[in-house]
Amino acid sequence: MIQALSGQLLVGLINGSFYALLSLGLAIIFGLLDVVNFAHGAQYMLGAFAAWMALTYLGIGYGWALVLVPIVVGALGVLVERLFLRRLYGIDPLYGLLLTFGLALVVEGLFHHAYGNSGNAYPVPEALQGGVSLGFMFLPIYRAWVVLVSAAVCGTSWFVIERTRLGAYLRAGTENPKMLQAFGVNVPLMFTITYGFGVALAAFAGVMAAPVYQVSPAMGSSIIIVVFAVVVIGGMGSILGSIVTGVALGLVEGLTKFAWPEASGVVVFVVMALVLLVRPAGLFGRQR
Amino acid sequence: MSPRARVFAAYAALVVLGLAAPFLVYPVFAMDVLCLALFASAFNLLLGYAGLLSFGHAAFLGSAAYVTGYAARSWGLPTELAILAGVATATVLGAIFGALAIRRSGIYFAMITLGFAQLIYFLVVQLPWTGGEDGLQGIPRGKLLGLVSLESNLAMYYFVYAVFLAGFWLLHRTIDSPFGHVLRAIRENEPRAQSLGYDVDRYKLLAFVISAALSGLAGSLKALAFQFASLSDVHWHLSGTVVLMTLLGGLGTVMGPSVGALVVVTLENYLSSFGSWVTVITGAVFVACVLSFRRGIVGEVRMLVKRSFSA
Amino acid sequence: MIRSAVAVLAALATAVLGAQLARAQAPAAGKISGDVVRIGVLTDMTGYYSDLAGPGSVTAAKMAVEDFGGKVLGKPIDVISADHQNKADIASNTARRWFDEQGVDVIADLVSSSTAGAVMPVAAEKKRITLLSGPGTTEFTGDKCTAYNVHYTYNTWAMANGTGAQVVKTGGDSWFFVTADYIFGKSLESDTANVVKASGGKVLGAARHPSPGTTDFSSYLLQAQASGAKIVGLANAGADTVNSVKQANEFGITKKQHLAGLLIFLSDIHALGLQAAQGLYATTAFYWDMNDDTRKWSKRFFERQKKMPTMVQAGVYSSVMHYLEAVKAAGTDDADAVMKKMKETPVNDFFAKNGRIGPDGLHRHDMYLVQVKSPAESKYPWDYYKVLKTIPAAEAFPTVEAQKCPLVK
Repeated sequence: MIQALSGQLLVGLINGSFYALLSLGLAIIFGLLDVVNFAHGAQYMLGAFAAWMALTYLGIGYGWALVLVPIVVGALGVLVERLFLRRLYGIDPLYGLLLTFGLALVVEGLFHHAYGNSGNAYPVPEALQGGVSLGFMFLPIYRAWVVLVSAAVCGTSWFVIERTRLGAYLRAGTENPKMLQAFGVNVPLMFTITYGFGVALAAFAGVMAAPVYQVSPAMGSSIIIVVFAVVVIGGMGSILGSIVTGVALGLVEGLTKFAWPEASGVVVFVVMALVLLVRPAGLFGRQR
Repeated sequence: MSPRARVFAAYAALVVLGLAAPFLVYPVFAMDVLCLALFASAFNLLLGYAGLLSFGHAAFLGSAAYVTGYAARSWGLPTELAILAGVATATVLGAIFGALAIRRSGIYFAMITLGFAQLIYFLVVQLPWTGGEDGLQGIPRGKLLGLVSLESNLAMYYFVYAVFLAGFWLLHRTIDSPFGHVLRAIRENEPRAQSLGYDVDRYKLLAFVISAALSGLAGSLKALAFQFASLSDVHWHLSGTVVLMTLLGGLGTVMGPSVGALVVVTLENYLSSFGSWVTVITGAVFVACVLSFRRGIVGEVRMLVKRSFSA
Repeated sequence: MIRSAVAVLAALATAVLGAQLARAQAPAAGKISGDVVRIGVLTDMTGYYSDLAGPGSVTAAKMAVEDFGGKVLGKPIDVISADHQNKADIASNTARRWFDEQGVDVIADLVSSSTAGAVMPVAAEKKRITLLSGPGTTEFTGDKCTAYNVHYTYNTWAMANGTGAQVVKTGGDSWFFVTADYIFGKSLESDTANVVKASGGKVLGAARHPSPGTTDFSSYLLQAQASGAKIVGLANAGADTVNSVKQANEFGITKKQHLAGLLIFLSDIHALGLQAAQGLYATTAFYWDMNDDTRKWSKRFFERQKKMPTMVQAGVYSSVMHYLEAVKAAGTDDADAVMKKMKETPVNDFFAKNGRIGPDGLHRHDMYLVQVKSPAESKYPWDYYKVLKTIPAAEAFPTVEAQKCPLVK
């Protein structure tokens, strides 16, 4: 029994790492730009596909993909911000949401057309193959790697935002962009870079996910709804909130899979409904 | 033309178009358009007039579809009662979800509605009687009032059309009534409306419930027309599609959502042989609308008409 | 206000009138409806089952039409196709539109059980024939049978009694299932569970996963591992099976437990590779390399599709051919007459030996128990199976009495 529970919790921790990485990007974008980036799932999918394409067409392996893909996809994000999002600042945030939703549909549709739906296989990189027997379960090394890397990336991002000067500018921009601009900080540039960074994070998560979840056009839309719930529970705009909630929710899901497997798909939403009723701004959020 | 006359002319045109439609296009396609037009119009009451974006409206359409389908097929309820059961379900759900979601606004409101819709989706997948991935099949169309068989496509079409007109008219009256005006005031400036003494939450909730009920009516009709209720009816993709229809047709206009529904359903039908291009084009239309076409088709037409008359 | 009310009342009155006047459109009289025999291949073109059916099924149907001569009773034969994306509502609506608007006389393949389940009642209502090649659910010729349905290639009972019985015989007496959570997966699971229990084995549990939509099977496989069952039975198909097998290897499940793929297609083995798939048992209706006839046809298929055919695709060819021959023999494409001829005539071609379509619509023919070769044993591309034995038709499928189709008195 303990064995079964620990196994599911460990799988939950792995899933939670993905939730944390993805909700981190979303929270950063919402926190600063006030944009609900519905394209986040599609950008995650782009990251996974880019890694697959790099491997299949260019022979570029996982290691390089981890570095190059986020840069490439992040650059695409910058393009999106410059061409589209910029025009929507200042009007009803509904439109930003709808725009990114539309972009997600376009990207997913194109990939679905080109690659079908059953997914492409992406091999676990050689250096990370195999596993370790932990007694209660056999832990594939790659999945342990996922947890460690996510922790590192999330931790670093949190540190940069909460403890460095650059982060201070970002946070100030959230509160009062005009004041910040008056101080001479190039706020539009900051917005662009922030969006690009959030998108790069999504793509990074995609590369990490490729060996685990298979590369398919539908992978983004299946995970994005859960990630939104995570961000809302954590408190939109709270970096720490999204990271903690992401991991916590992965664990809760794991527990549910052990106790009542059929409910695992919906437990996140039940938690979200409950949290929002009690703490309307989310667990770590501030009333805006 | 006086406004009165204009409205009458518009309704007359609608009636004529509707009567002729099944002879011009495949009746089942026309029914699809009508059900989704009703759904979009109901949704528009909430978004275009009350300013509340619900991202979980498919829950109301879908739950009514399943309840109506099950009532007609397995309980053997006559058609009207089956529809009533479906609408009642959607209304009750609307009241519960609305009461809880109204407390928040903006993006939080949207997310809560999404969350509730996912709960309904989960229920539909898990409950034994809904058929899960296989869907609820073999829903009988039955006889209207026990007299007129709805089995033929033509008969069913006219019934759906009549109900659509009734629902549409109801929404139109609601929008033009004092209630509708208060809703618009709330959308423009909620604190001001509140300071004028209106119980803002009450109004929002009522709008939510009306919207849910009529969405349910659309769902019940759809289940009977297609004789089938499936997971697509409760999936969040449908919630997204209805936003698109409303935006494309014209947020905050009476005819807009129906026009949007017509365009989207037509696109989906004629592009269905091209598979995923439907999604791509839908998304592209979304993006175009948001960037430069925010008034939607009807809104832009109105602007054009106004301009040419005042020039 | 009054005027709008009048308008609404007018519409209502017209609705009642219209309903009274409306009559169902009578089918075109004459021997061949619409002067063309139209075959609709409704399949999964881009999703989880596209490799085992999909475009290959369309090719198979076209090959059948060409080999038949392109014409029957002096009228042309037309093949159209559509993608139902494994969604029951798209399948149902496409079938309905095909029947109402495009004069489709017969729908072939369907590939997934939820789509087949949605289309069969529509076809039966409109008196058109469905030729199931891909779907597996046994109830389609049991309590869901229709008078216009032919279940042609295989069903889950055959899988359970082929593969399942064999695995139990070789010592696998405790099972845990990883099941695709829809009608097909559950049917496969229950048929196999029956076989296991009848042989004295135990079923320790099942983990049901959403399908399509699941790509990560880790938590389900962990449940299987925790159960301690000797056999992890995969009651799923296509991409689901491929992913389950891969991840079972990744999580070291295969070190202590054996996998039983209850429904395996040639395309799955091709996707998995022999290293991962070796040793797996499978029950199949057709294998390209069994004899000269199968090789001849399969090589022609390979030229067009660049892949060897699965049993589903071969089944589409054979069922369409059988249908066309029945139309010729009956002298009409009227569904009742054609169904009668199809059930009267035995099937003996490269696909099926001793094939007979029963009164319940089930095509009972010989099946084959195969095992996947190891990489060392495989000598040339697509050399994947060794045929262990032939299961004669009477044993391979449930009897008419066992199926209990309500149409059969």
